[in-house]
Amino acid sequence: MMDNLSLDIQIGSLHLKNPVMPASGAFGFEMESILDFNELGALVPKSITKYPRGGNDTPRVCEVTGGMINSIGIQSKGLPYYLEHIIPQYQKYDVPLIASISADSIEEFTEMSEIIGANPAVSAIELNISCPNLEGNGKAFGMDGDLSFELIQKVKSVTDQPLIAKLTPNVTSIQEIALACEEAGADGLNVANTILGMAIDIHTRKPKIGNVMGGISGPAIKPIIVRLIHQVRNVTTLPIIGCGGIMNSDDAIEMILAGASSVQIGTANFINPLTMIEVLEGIKEYMRRYEISDINNLVGKVNLPSSTSTLY
Amino acid sequence: MKTYQLEILSNIQVSERYWHMTLNSENIEEPIVPGQFFNIKCGEDELPFLRRPFSIYRINQEEKTIEFLYLVKGAGTVNLTKFKADDQLDVLGPLGIGFRLEEDWDSILLLARGVGIATLAALAQEAAAKNVKCVAILSARSNNDLLAAETLQGFGATVIKVTEEEGTSGVENVQRLVEELIVEHGVKAAFTCGSMRLSRLLQKITFKENIPAQIALEEHMGCAMGVCYACVCNIRESHGIKSVRVCIEGPVFDLEKVVLT
Ligand SMILES: Cc1cc2nc3c(=O)[nH]c(=O)nc-3n(C[C@H](O)[C@H](O)[C@H](O)COP(=O)(O)OP(=O)(O)OC[C@H]3O[C@@H](n4cnc5c(N)ncnc54)[C@H](O)[C@@H]3O)c2cc1C
Ligand SMILES: Cc1cc2nc3c(=O)[nH]c(=O)nc-3n(C[C@H](O)[C@H](O)[C@H](O)COP(=O)(O)O)c2cc1C
Repeated sequence: MMDNLSLDIQIGSLHLKNPVMPASGAFGFEMESILDFNELGALVPKSITKYPRGGNDTPRVCEVTGGMINSIGIQSKGLPYYLEHIIPQYQKYDVPLIASISADSIEEFTEMSEIIGANPAVSAIELNISCPNLEGNGKAFGMDGDLSFELIQKVKSVTDQPLIAKLTPNVTSIQEIALACEEAGADGLNVANTILGMAIDIHTRKPKIGNVMGGISGPAIKPIIVRLIHQVRNVTTLPIIGCGGIMNSDDAIEMILAGASSVQIGTANFINPLTMIEVLEGIKEYMRRYEISDINNLVGKVNLPSSTSTLY
Repeated sequence: MKTYQLEILSNIQVSERYWHMTLNSENIEEPIVPGQFFNIKCGEDELPFLRRPFSIYRINQEEKTIEFLYLVKGAGTVNLTKFKADDQLDVLGPLGIGFRLEEDWDSILLLARGVGIATLAALAQEAAAKNVKCVAILSARSNNDLLAAETLQGFGATVIKVTEEEGTSGVENVQRLVEELIVEHGVKAAFTCGSMRLSRLLQKITFKENIPAQIALEEHMGCAMGVCYACVCNIRESHGIKSVRVCIEGPVFDLEKVVLT
């Protein structure tokens, strides 16, 4: 009976045959020789910007306990190159392509979404409203509910593609931002991008990252992400993509129980490039073990104590 | 490029700060060339978290083994010393683009400092196999750090050691040596790794003498597979400066093109 597991999930009109996909910026075509992309639920290339960007000073990464900090600065070859070279590379795979977009203004987000949304090879758009590395002391659109609302509403008006808002965890109330995105018409929420951090070499007294601050990823942030998913789940029924610190299938299942219907995996690919495949296998194993035939029946199924305070 | 679990044949301390590791590489089908590297998991349970990049020190085709020479520096390399013969090591590779040895280069010069010697040793090995004459200037703090000199001599290379200990590693002295050796050995190409200072020097000399030169760069890496854009450096192209990824577009580059900082 448990041979017919259903792993299909839906994000607006986007259908995924399974809930496991890569996180933007921590995956690329270069991994093709290691990994069968056709096994994945979706493909998510690195965020693209309108104009070419050089990126930040090196060192761009450093290790921290249970993870790493990065400040790449969205190095990108610009939109024309993306449309001409990056998107076609993924076309030979029978897997939906989610284009991740980064921009400096709402106008630019809208303009880029219209162009990318019109590309038949694209199945959904992820709006990286959270990248902490752009100028402005780490401030991002996703830190402001009104701006997030306006951004998504404008983008919604120029494209029919399913829209996923990638939220930043660097906020006081992620629920407020999640609600703003939902009201503006987002089809899904990615919870979340990296957590702003900093590390100092005590011997040289210099920041370990060229750009001083950067985003923490990896297992160190997982409990924060699980909490954020739980909080977002409490206020919206939008599909949630859990992202941040997944190293194995247990981590992914934890996020699904907290309320995510799919997951993205980034940094773990650097340690074990086969993580995504192993996570998918592990999820199936878990479903067989607990006789769950449809993944959707696991989403948000955390057993909470009956008297949970809602003060958080 | 793939992940492999390789059997450790030996892992021994060879001097105060250096260790040497030999791995059984019979499962690796892809060709491995000098200048390429592996990204190695230096411990269990993601401790330390990231893999660490190490160049191939020796490639033994017949025995089907590869060797690494590493400097014990921080958490990763300290952990690496704990592995024992018969343990398995998780390696990702071979990675990157290695050195290019052209047909008509019958005499080459190597200029290496510190762990850069490990990277250039594999090239000396290939040069020996191709009957290319090889002269190497090896620079380090002390003679103790120059044990790889014997390996290079074993490949038939002429080795000149310069050290702080003996007061011979200053830029002026190295400059004089390089210039003399280029003439004396009829050097057709030069290679460097391990020191910005020496790389700048070699860049200057080889430009002036119009000798092709290559450099193996080191930069902090995230994925080492070309996807994360952490390990970038600047390359001078005809139409301006271009940012390239050390892990996949390098680590070996034409020295004249590299913007050295
Ligand atoms: C392509 C390449 C080839 C290399 N080949 C060799 C070799 O053959 N033998 C050898 O001894 N060393 C080599 N190195 C340097 C080696 O990778 C570092 O010494 C090692 O990563 C230090 O790790 P650690 O945990 O001991 O030190 P820590 O200083 O604690 O490391 C902290 C972090 O910084 C990174 N890091 C520190 N130093 C370097 C460095 N020089 N280059 C890149 N990342 C660094 C580490 O990977 C780690 O993520 C090479 C580096 C590169 C990029
Ligand atoms: C090197 C690196 C580059 C990243 N680049 C992007 C990016 O371009 N766009 C984006 O939305 N997120 C980017 N991220 C964030 C990841 O997509 C992901 O949200 C984060 O790393 C947390 O997941 P993880 O712990 O599984 O890596 C990047 C992360 C890393 C480590």
